[in-house]
Amino acid sequence: MRAVREALAGFRRTPLLCALSIGAVGLSLVILGLFGLVAHNVGGAIGDVERRMEVVGYLLDDVGPEQVRDARRELEALPAVESVRYVSKNEALERARRDLVEFSDVFGELRVNPLPASFHLRLREGFRTPETVSETAGTLAAYPFIEEARFGDEWVERLFALRSAAAAIALALGGGFALVAVLLIVTTVRMAVLARGEEIEIMQIVGAREGYIQRPFLLEGAVTGFAGGLLALGVTRLAYVVFPARFAAVESLAWLPHPWTVAGVAGAALLGLLAAAFSVHREVGRAYGPS
Amino acid sequence: MISLRDVSKAYPRAGDALRGVSFRLRKGEFAFLTGPSGAGKSTVLELIHFQTRPTEGEVQVSRYNSRRVRRRDIPALRRRVGFVFQDFKLLERLTAAENVAFALEVIGTPRREIAGRVQRLLSQVGLAARASSRPSELSGGERQRVAVARALATEPRILLADEPTGNLDPDAAGGVFELFRMLNHLGTAVLMATHDADFVRRHREIRRLELQGGRLVGDSAA
Repeated sequence: MRAVREALAGFRRTPLLCALSIGAVGLSLVILGLFGLVAHNVGGAIGDVERRMEVVGYLLDDVGPEQVRDARRELEALPAVESVRYVSKNEALERARRDLVEFSDVFGELRVNPLPASFHLRLREGFRTPETVSETAGTLAAYPFIEEARFGDEWVERLFALRSAAAAIALALGGGFALVAVLLIVTTVRMAVLARGEEIEIMQIVGAREGYIQRPFLLEGAVTGFAGGLLALGVTRLAYVVFPARFAAVESLAWLPHPWTVAGVAGAALLGLLAAAFSVHREVGRAYGPS
Repeated sequence: MISLRDVSKAYPRAGDALRGVSFRLRKGEFAFLTGPSGAGKSTVLELIHFQTRPTEGEVQVSRYNSRRVRRRDIPALRRRVGFVFQDFKLLERLTAAENVAFALEVIGTPRREIAGRVQRLLSQVGLAARASSRPSELSGGERQRVAVARALATEPRILLADEPTGNLDPDAAGGVFELFRMLNHLGTAVLMATHDADFVRRHREIRRLELQGGRLVGDSAA
């Protein structure tokens, strides 16, 4: 209770400093929030492309229905495979006629269907790596009646390179801005400790426990982080609402998942607490000597 | 009660502050710690208060030993050892009573007991009538009495005073000294650092520990 009272008193004593530090922490976290928003949407787009990724095996013409059925059952049993779709020769032709209208003359004159039947394999989430895709294509190609298996190996690798790069950038930027927020909170708490230096010195002299002195500052750090986190969330939300309306090229954006926002604000509070602990331990702890 | 055994203290930049200092202060004893500025008086007091640790040797205060003391035991030790400073170290925004209450609150005294104890402590130092005055409204002697009342809030067995009369006129200094004598008669051991040779000479009956250049060069009890 005293810690809460003292922390509030700290905010009352130096309201401008506290507001500035919340604002500064908020701004550094806004950049993190905006980047999270972009990363989430880019990740979503990449995920969509990944979901649509297929391994296609083209069948020879003389394959019987029993062979098709057995192969399909075997392929469906593979742990990486989510679904197997069989497209017969006739279905392939139908689709070609429907999709490739500009060649309707060519398809109309056909006496023999030149298109092969095919298996279309979709992979489960977590298995959509270049290695698994290539391995599944190999399994498919191993059937004697499969003439060719394709999976667009070049763009699969590009897609994964893009995802890895996005993750690395997110990590670097996230870490960088989190560090900025930590430094700001460390400085704020340090200033608060220095501002109350006289009181702290007297507390140490008369025998106050370390925790008793430190708790209000820890609380102040956590509250600063939490308030900065909320501010960042608010500004990110504002950007989310305003941005698509201003830029026609951006059709729609997905808002951050709820667990991300909760973890973001809670993480900011935790960051504030840790930063304050670092600062206050350095400033207050030295009067108690070595551990 | 207090024992320094072959204590040396060196600071990284300032060098040796104390060299091979040994003495004992028994329960209820009163002693002056004398010597010119820079002789190491404050360092001795800081070592006894465990604000710093010896570079060599050991300091024993009651059951606390500088070699073995744990960080979490320091507050308990400091509650047994009151400390009074030359510059009083009072909080200017608080009244005399609030300054004393602050110390009581910090050590976890129940709220309902604080007011009564503050009144008793201020009466003990003869300042009950100035309880609601701020330090800026008090004389130097009165301020030092408030500081003594605050130091007594934890009911210490030992009182350390670092040049407590250094900022006071002779009358006020005499008054504060008499307060220390009274507390000593009530059983509190007192170690008072002073560089005022005349003041010490006037009280020959009190043990004198003399420091010079970080060494103990004289002990009137030896």
